[in-house]
Amino acid sequence: MPKAAGDAKLLIQSLSKAYAATPTNLKIIDLYVVFAVATAVVQVVYMGVVGSFPFNSFLSGVLSCIGTAVLAVCLRIQVNKDNKEFKDLAPERAFADFVLCNLVLHLVIMNFLG
Amino acid sequence: MAELEATVAASGGGSARLRKAFGGVLCAFTLLLIGILAFSIRLFSVIKYESVIHEFDPYFNYRVTQFLTKSGIYEFWNWFDDRTWYPLGRVIGGTVYPGLTLTAGTIWWLLNSINIPLSVETVCVFTAPIFSANASWATYLLTKEAKGHGAGLMAATILAMVPSYISRSVAGSYDNEAVAIFALIFTFYLYIKTLNTGSLFYATLNALSYFYMVCSWGGYTFIINLIPMHVLLCIVTGRYSSRLYIAYAPLVVLGTLLAALVPVVGFNAVLTSEHFASFLVFIILHVVALVYYIKGLLTHRLFKVATTFVITVGLALCFAAVAILVALVASSPTKGWSGRSLSLLDPTYASKYIPIIASVSEHQPPTWPSYFMDINVLAFLVPAGIISCFLPLSDASSFLVLYLVTSVYFSGVMVRLMLVLAPAACILSGIALSEAFNVLTRSMKFQRSRSDDGLSTARDSTPGSSSAAATITSSTENDNMTNEKAENVSKERPSNKNRKKEKESVGSSAVRHEKEEKLCVLPSEASAMGILSLIILCGLYVVHCVWAAAEAYSAPSIVLTSRSHDGLHVFDDFREAYAWLSHNTEVEDKVASWWDYGYQTTAMANRTVIVDNNTWNNTHIATVGTAMSSPEKAAWEIFNSLDVKYVLVVFGGLIGYPSDDINKFLWMVRIGGGVFPHIKEQDYLKDGNYRVDAQGTPTMLNCLMYKLCYYRFVETDGKGFDRARRYEIGRKHFKLTHFEEAFTTHHWMVRIYKLKSQKNRVQGVLKLKSSSKTSSMHKGGRKKNPWQ
Repeated sequence: MPKAAGDAKLLIQSLSKAYAATPTNLKIIDLYVVFAVATAVVQVVYMGVVGSFPFNSFLSGVLSCIGTAVLAVCLRIQVNKDNKEFKDLAPERAFADFVLCNLVLHLVIMNFLG
Repeated sequence: MAELEATVAASGGGSARLRKAFGGVLCAFTLLLIGILAFSIRLFSVIKYESVIHEFDPYFNYRVTQFLTKSGIYEFWNWFDDRTWYPLGRVIGGTVYPGLTLTAGTIWWLLNSINIPLSVETVCVFTAPIFSANASWATYLLTKEAKGHGAGLMAATILAMVPSYISRSVAGSYDNEAVAIFALIFTFYLYIKTLNTGSLFYATLNALSYFYMVCSWGGYTFIINLIPMHVLLCIVTGRYSSRLYIAYAPLVVLGTLLAALVPVVGFNAVLTSEHFASFLVFIILHVVALVYYIKGLLTHRLFKVATTFVITVGLALCFAAVAILVALVASSPTKGWSGRSLSLLDPTYASKYIPIIASVSEHQPPTWPSYFMDINVLAFLVPAGIISCFLPLSDASSFLVLYLVTSVYFSGVMVRLMLVLAPAACILSGIALSEAFNVLTRSMKFQRSRSDDGLSTARDSTPGSSSAAATITSSTENDNMTNEKAENVSKERPSNKNRKKEKESVGSSAVRHEKEEKLCVLPSEASAMGILSLIILCGLYVVHCVWAAAEAYSAPSIVLTSRSHDGLHVFDDFREAYAWLSHNTEVEDKVASWWDYGYQTTAMANRTVIVDNNTWNNTHIATVGTAMSSPEKAAWEIFNSLDVKYVLVVFGGLIGYPSDDINKFLWMVRIGGGVFPHIKEQDYLKDGNYRVDAQGTPTMLNCLMYKLCYYRFVETDGKGFDRARRYEIGRKHFKLTHFEEAFTTHHWMVRIYKLKSQKNRVQGVLKLKSSSKTSSMHKGGRKKNPWQ
């Protein structure tokens, strides 16, 4: 067990050290993803407390949070300089795609919100 | 030397660009021709008959489009139709897939706004051929993503003509599949494009195209289950990449939202089992992505430690989540699936539980000959295509193989779903044929160039020219490929192209000689024979497709024709009957018939019907079925309670029309008996046989359907010989007590009867009531007829 605990501490240390080495712009995107997912969790808890009527509003709220989280992860994938597949994709183009997709997502959300 | 190299390279590059441009123009021109081919092969019904809407379901879509063009989109979205399913009505806005009607309405509105005054009917009739041209272009794009231009053109040509697709998209067949197949192929193309490029822009377009598919057809569940299956396959075979994440994750979120926007689907997008696969794979994909990310962060040893931790903790969590999910799903009796989907997964489900689904002829399993009729030559080109997809295997080709395998299974369950198999078969056959042509023409070219090799070996010894030759080789090989593929499609002047390529290849044949040694090459005569036989095969396919389009699939089924020794007979009885109804009855009169004719009656006769083809209310249909199977008085009671004025039956005994109501009668008995137990199927069968001649059971010879069909039939030939059943009928001379004949069409195909109004005197009724009460006491255990 102490070996396991020592291993766990070592694991967490190396994880945090490796993560600290990522560039700042990626860390900002990660923070945004965490925020979106946390908002979704808050909405689900709220639904558990007050009930799911009107269901379309609940769905659109939760799915908009999850949607922006997913799109931000896609942006992070495309902007990450370590990713060899997207070497020749300009980060401005990646961001423009991200904005476009978010536009469509939020248009649908606002239509569905009711 | 260097200048010579440069100029040679530049001229080589210039001619290569010219060749590429020529190939592109040829490709575009061929695509235009393919579109025209797809459009024109579907015009046989308009040429042979007239520009009219076919079958039954298209009449409903036509009526909805008429309403849309007349009243605008807000009225259409909130439309409550009170002219069908009397007295229940139907919420059209919430139960119809709006894609087709909105598409045709938009086309009509666009054309009218630029002052081309086409009628709504014309637009509806020609929507399907236009969208089949679009579908073949989408097939070209999809196959190009997987295997290149040549395979794309081949697959597009094959799809333009495949009989299975023609059968549901002739001019006049204004049904959901006309636009849905285009949306299906286009969605798949955008998915593969996103998978290949990893661009979020295409992922957005993919979600929007999926939205169009959800709007158009209930078969969209095929897409939302096939794509997760493919993602799972890629993960399991180790082909996970970040492009896969970009292709799938936004589609799930956006796609679910967009699907929930369509009123027909609504909350089913998150609550029914048809969509659970996509959510499950969504979660799995995120777990895999996280694992790969952490693997990239940690060293190998620490990653192992992390996995042991995660497995112990994660397994416990997993068990809890799966247990909750299983309990939720198992609590619903159909495990969350809808009836139609269950009948796809378990082919025997419908015949046991839902007789209405089982009674539709399109829902029967297909026979082996129907495969050959519908996809002809492709049936044995497809396995070659599967093999060629594996050399080499890419994400796109694995998707195509998966699509084919699943659609083959579903087409084996329901003949209607052969339509979903058709694009997959066309794409794979296109790939197979293109590869075959590649190999054969390459062999021929190699053999030819080898024969000229002896002339030019001396020139290629200098290193400078060999490097120039190398560049020419690479560039000419590229446009040789393009030229070869363009040549495959044109299927003419192969010798000219060969000679042109020869002139370039002469200077570089030594270099290519070594390259091509590794490729397998056939002898020249064998490859010539091979090309010739493949061309003949394609010719046979074309002949079959044109025959199928002209003879088999162009019948509008609202007009029948037959050839006899004295020329062509046209049976236009259906429209005659509906026109009589619309001119000789009040607008508020209700017409009762079997559900097959509901859509046509509301669209053409403009009268309120009791049941129609939507078949959403089984009890209502069972009520009508019971009325048709009961004696006259009981039937009159049922119809009077529904405010029915006219009853319509279809009778094919005079001309031998096989799909009339007497042949469908057993289904009426079964469906009615399913809800009202006093109707028993055995009462209508004599020793298990269904007969309406002298050996028919008394219940059968006394029921309303028999009486309405054969009333005064004996007056036609004196003997009452039924040409559809091929025997004389059992009961020839009888009178109708509660109905009177209102109209019979020219060939006796449609017969309309009016309900006689109630008698004014009531004393006789009281006496009968008291006597029937005493007799019912003696009946004891027999089931009480609720209508008496």
